[in-house]
Amino acid sequence: MKLESHLRERREAGRSLLVPYVTGGLGAAWLDVVRAVVDAGADAVEIGIPFSDPVMDGRTIQEASQRALDIGATPAKVVAEAAQLEVEVPLVVMTYYNPVLRAGHERFAASLADAGFDGAIVPDLPLDELDGWGGAAEDAGIETVLLAAPSTPPERLRAICDRSRGFVYGVALMGVTGARERLAAEAVEMGRRCKAATDRPVLVGVGISTPEQAVGAAAAADGVIVGSALIARLLRGGGPEDAHAFVAELRAALDA
Amino acid sequence: MTSPSRGAVSLAPPGPEPTGLGRFGEFGGRFVPEPLAPALADLEREFRVAWASPDFRGEFAGLLASYAGRPTPVTECERLSERLGVRVLLKREDLTHTGSHKINNVLGQGLLTRRMGKTRVIAETGAGQHGVATATAAALFGLECLVFMGAVDVERQALNVWRMRLLGAEVVTVESGSATLKDAINEALRDWVATVESTHYCIGSVVGPAPYPWMVREFQRVVGDEARPQCRDLLGADPDFVVACVGGGSNAIGTFTAFLDSPSRLIGVEAGGLGLESGRHGASVARGVPGVLHGARSLFLQDEDGQILEAHSVSAGLDYPGVGPEHAALAATGRAEYPSATDAEALAGFQLLAATEGIVPALEPAHAIGWLEREAGRAVPTGSTVLVTLSGRGDKDAAYVAEQLTGEPIA
Repeated sequence: MKLESHLRERREAGRSLLVPYVTGGLGAAWLDVVRAVVDAGADAVEIGIPFSDPVMDGRTIQEASQRALDIGATPAKVVAEAAQLEVEVPLVVMTYYNPVLRAGHERFAASLADAGFDGAIVPDLPLDELDGWGGAAEDAGIETVLLAAPSTPPERLRAICDRSRGFVYGVALMGVTGARERLAAEAVEMGRRCKAATDRPVLVGVGISTPEQAVGAAAAADGVIVGSALIARLLRGGGPEDAHAFVAELRAALDA
Repeated sequence: MTSPSRGAVSLAPPGPEPTGLGRFGEFGGRFVPEPLAPALADLEREFRVAWASPDFRGEFAGLLASYAGRPTPVTECERLSERLGVRVLLKREDLTHTGSHKINNVLGQGLLTRRMGKTRVIAETGAGQHGVATATAAALFGLECLVFMGAVDVERQALNVWRMRLLGAEVVTVESGSATLKDAINEALRDWVATVESTHYCIGSVVGPAPYPWMVREFQRVVGDEARPQCRDLLGADPDFVVACVGGGSNAIGTFTAFLDSPSRLIGVEAGGLGLESGRHGASVARGVPGVLHGARSLFLQDEDGQILEAHSVSAGLDYPGVGPEHAALAATGRAEYPSATDAEALAGFQLLAATEGIVPALEPAHAIGWLEREAGRAVPTGSTVLVTLSGRGDKDAAYVAEQLTGEPIA
C-alpha cells in the first residue's frame, strides 16, 4: 500500500497530486529525467516500458517508444535500470499486457518489486481480464491501477474504483494519449464521478499538457498525470533540466 | 436498398458461442483499454439479439443473395485434378460481388451498424479486399467510411485504394511500425477510442476483442454451410481434405465451421514467406507463441521480450503476425492443421490455377493451391478428394505478380 498510502498522505496534507510519465530507456539520461521530475515536485512517477504496438498512445508516446526500442530498450533493462533510482516517491510502471504475459505474471511482478516499483498500470488489461495478473501483483506487493473512462457506466465505475489499487486513473477524454489544444469537457466530470465513487486518490490523465489544463483537471480530482507534453520536450532534444523546468511550472500552478 | 430476388441462401442455425468472456479454449477474451470495454459489451449484446432475430437473419440472407450473389458454386477442377492426381473442388468466393469472401462479413456488420444507429464505420485493410468490401457496404447503407491501410500495402495494392475512394471512402495511409496490416489495426483502434459513440469498427477477420472472433465467424460460416452439401452432391461424401489460407483466418473459419463434425481433415495454410527458417514469414500458428495483441489472447510472432515482430508475405492479406483465437484453439486440440506455403509456392499456385482452370486466384488463396501442388501425392495421398476455398480473385494482384515474376513493372 505504499503507493496509495503515500498519495493519501500527500492529499491529506492539502496537496494537489502530480504524476509525470517518462518513457523508460528513452536516451542515456532517462534516469536523470526521472530524478529531475521528482526534484521538481512529482508525487509519484509513471515509467513506461516501450512496446511495439501501443494502441492507447498517440503520436508522441508512439515515437518515444519506437526510439527507445531502436536504441535497445527492453522490459528487463528498463526495470533493472529503474532499480538504480533512489527517489523519495513511489514508482509506477506503465506497460502493455503482452510483455507481462511473455515474462510470466509471477516473474514480472517479482522483478518489479525487486527493482523498487510500487505500482503498475496495464492499459489493455481491463477489470474483466484482471484475474491472472491482479493476483500475482497483489502477492508481490505491486498495486495495480485501473482506468476509468467517460464511457464507463456507473455500476462498472464503482467496481473499477473498488478493485483499483494505488489510485484510480480517470481517463480525461475519449481518445488516446497526446496533447490537446484545450482541456476536454469530460475531464472535470470524470474526476467528479470517480471522486463520488471512491475514497481512493483519483488522478486524471490523457490530454493534459499545460499548467492551466492541469489546474482545470485537478479541480474535481486529487491530481493529474502528464505524459506527452513532457515527452515531446525530450523528443525535441530536451534533457533533465528541461524536464525539471516543465514539471516545476506544473507544480507551481497546482500549488497556487 | 434492393430486395431479394434469388432468395436461395438459407442460413444454418447460429453456431456455438464461445465460453466465458469470448474464450475458445484458452484463447480469445477482451483485452482492451477501458474506454472501449463498454462499447464491446454493447456490441456483443446487440449481435446476440440480432443473430437470433428472424428479421435480421432474413435481411442478411436476402442481401447475401441479391447483392453479394450467393450462393457461390463449387467448381470441379478437371484439368488441375488430372495434373495433381487428387480430385480438387473449389468453393468460389472469387465470384461474389467485390471479389472475395469479405463481402459476407461486411454485409452482416453493416446491418448491425444501422441497427445500432451508428453513422460511421472504420476498417483496417491489408490487401484492400476488406477495405473495398467495407467501402461497398458503407455506400450501400449510406454510412461514412474511413479505411486504415499500411503505407507498404497502399503501394502494392494501388488499384484497391482507388476503388475504395471511388466508393466514397476515405483511405488513411498508416506509416507507423511495419506500415502493414498490424499497424492499420492499431490506428483503427486509436480512432475508435475517440469515436466509439458514433462509429462502428468493422473488423475484417476473426481477430480482435470479443465479440469479433465469434461474430465474424458467424457472418462467414455461410461459406462452409453452402460448401458441405455442394461437396456431397458432387462427391457423395465429405471431402478428405478441406483447405483454406489463413492470415487472421476468416475464410478458413468460415469454411471449417460446417466441417467440424465431419471426418474431413481441416488444413489452414499460413504464409511461409521466404521460408520458416528465414524468420520472414506470417506463420503465426507454426511459429507464434501465446500472447495478447489487438484485444485477444492468441498466437503471435514475437520476440523473447514480448515485442511483436513484423510478418512477411508476398500477399498483403496474410501479412499479419497473429491468427484468430479460434484457430489457435483448433490447433491446440489438433482438430485443424496449419502448414505453410512460401511466397514462391504461392506464385506457382497462382500461375497453375490460371493455366489449368482459367481462374486467376488472389495471392492469399494461391497459398492454398501452392500447398496442394506441393503436397499432392505426399501429405495428400493420390486419389484424395480436396475442397479448397478460393477466397478471392486475383485481378488486384495481377500487376504486382507480373512485377514479381518478370522483375519489372508492366507498362
